[in-house]
Amino acid sequence: MTLAKRIIPCLDVAGGRVVKGVNFKDLKDAGDPVELAKKYGLEGADELTFLDISASVEERETTLEIVRKTAEQVFIPLTVGGGIRSAENVNELLRAGADKISINTAAIARPDLINEISDRFGNQVLVLSVDARRAQTKSGFEVTTHGGRQSAGLDALAWIGDAILRGVGEILLNSMDADGTKSGFDIEMLSAVRKISSVPVIASGGAGKISDFAEALTAGADAVLAASVFHFGELRISDVKNDLAKRGFPIRA
Amino acid sequence: MIAILDYGSGNLRSAQRAFEVASANVVVTRDAKTCSEASALIVPGVGAFAACMEQLTQVGGVEIIADRVAKERPIFGICVGMQILFQSSSEKKDTQGVGVLPGKVDELKAPILPHMGWNRVAPAHTSKLFKGVEDQSFYFVHSYAAKSCIPDATNTITNYGEDFLAAVEKDFVVATQFHPEKSGAAGAKLITNWVKTL
Repeated sequence: MTLAKRIIPCLDVAGGRVVKGVNFKDLKDAGDPVELAKKYGLEGADELTFLDISASVEERETTLEIVRKTAEQVFIPLTVGGGIRSAENVNELLRAGADKISINTAAIARPDLINEISDRFGNQVLVLSVDARRAQTKSGFEVTTHGGRQSAGLDALAWIGDAILRGVGEILLNSMDADGTKSGFDIEMLSAVRKISSVPVIASGGAGKISDFAEALTAGADAVLAASVFHFGELRISDVKNDLAKRGFPIRA
Repeated sequence: MIAILDYGSGNLRSAQRAFEVASANVVVTRDAKTCSEASALIVPGVGAFAACMEQLTQVGGVEIIADRVAKERPIFGICVGMQILFQSSSEKKDTQGVGVLPGKVDELKAPILPHMGWNRVAPAHTSKLFKGVEDQSFYFVHSYAAKSCIPDATNTITNYGEDFLAAVEKDFVVATQFHPEKSGAAGAKLITNWVKTL
């Protein structure tokens, strides 16, 4: 009995459609978040993540509707992020069918938000999404906002440590240096975060080839999240899991 | 009709849909009469033990559960909904549970918590719940658990840092620390197994 390492496809959603990293030749089906969620569920995804990248007030209801439809059809855990600013936002998403919520910028702006959500729903529903890059800070890594374009003025490891104490149950670590490069995860950053984190760590940013996944897990990741390699069909979830199984990692068959 | 006890926030929608796959009529309710008359009562739960007990008490849920226990009618506790069926928990502060099951709930001794993800279990060969899915994985997300086997019951153990109770089947009470409604095809089969016993 060993806890399986998780493979998590991430869907960026706006206006009710998956908007990024999708093969637009197949817009009709590939762009529908519920259909993609179902497909990934069948292919062996261990969890799903929706990121509402529009994150506007007007689109809140659209996101809730996507969550409702997905939760009715896909019976694996669903994490939703984007535009969450209050414990009440979290409540709406959980009632719609989300299992976990990820927060990022709103927690940087107001760290007490972490305590408020965690006190009400428990730390197991709360994922801290951290967009980090290499910088001249104490740990050598800093937190960014605006998709990596701005420094948040926070040391990444110090921020993660603080957030865990406040009550996040999981860290989604996005490497802004590796993101989009398909040259592999930032292994050094992952190892550094693993050393100080008492909660599970999800590696994100840089997945390109199949062996990248094993490297992230060796560096201590509990789960790996990827978007474009799955959406473009470059890698299939089942192939990734087979590769990991061959290398001796515990995975869910 | 199966009733899902609605005593606070959380993802009840997935639970409702997952049980609907196995049974036509599933309602989410806190109405005492509906909960009493239902062929089975599902007790969900997310968050901290003490907060759950408080919310449960506020909506009369303790009495609802006690009523079914007195009548020996089926109950299915899920995750913290399993934990609150025990006598007490040491989460944050010592808190009394409903006490349908003997024993207490304590923090798991593991370097990384919560225990989050898919893990295998070791069902007793007498288990009706796990028939056909004995070697499958189920989705867990928790930091606390009951660690002592329950006498005169079918105990299913798993391990994360240490052994703990992944599920128990005792007379009319069934409970799982994992989320069958989030455990894909294996969870659906387990739910169907349970519905067949009703």
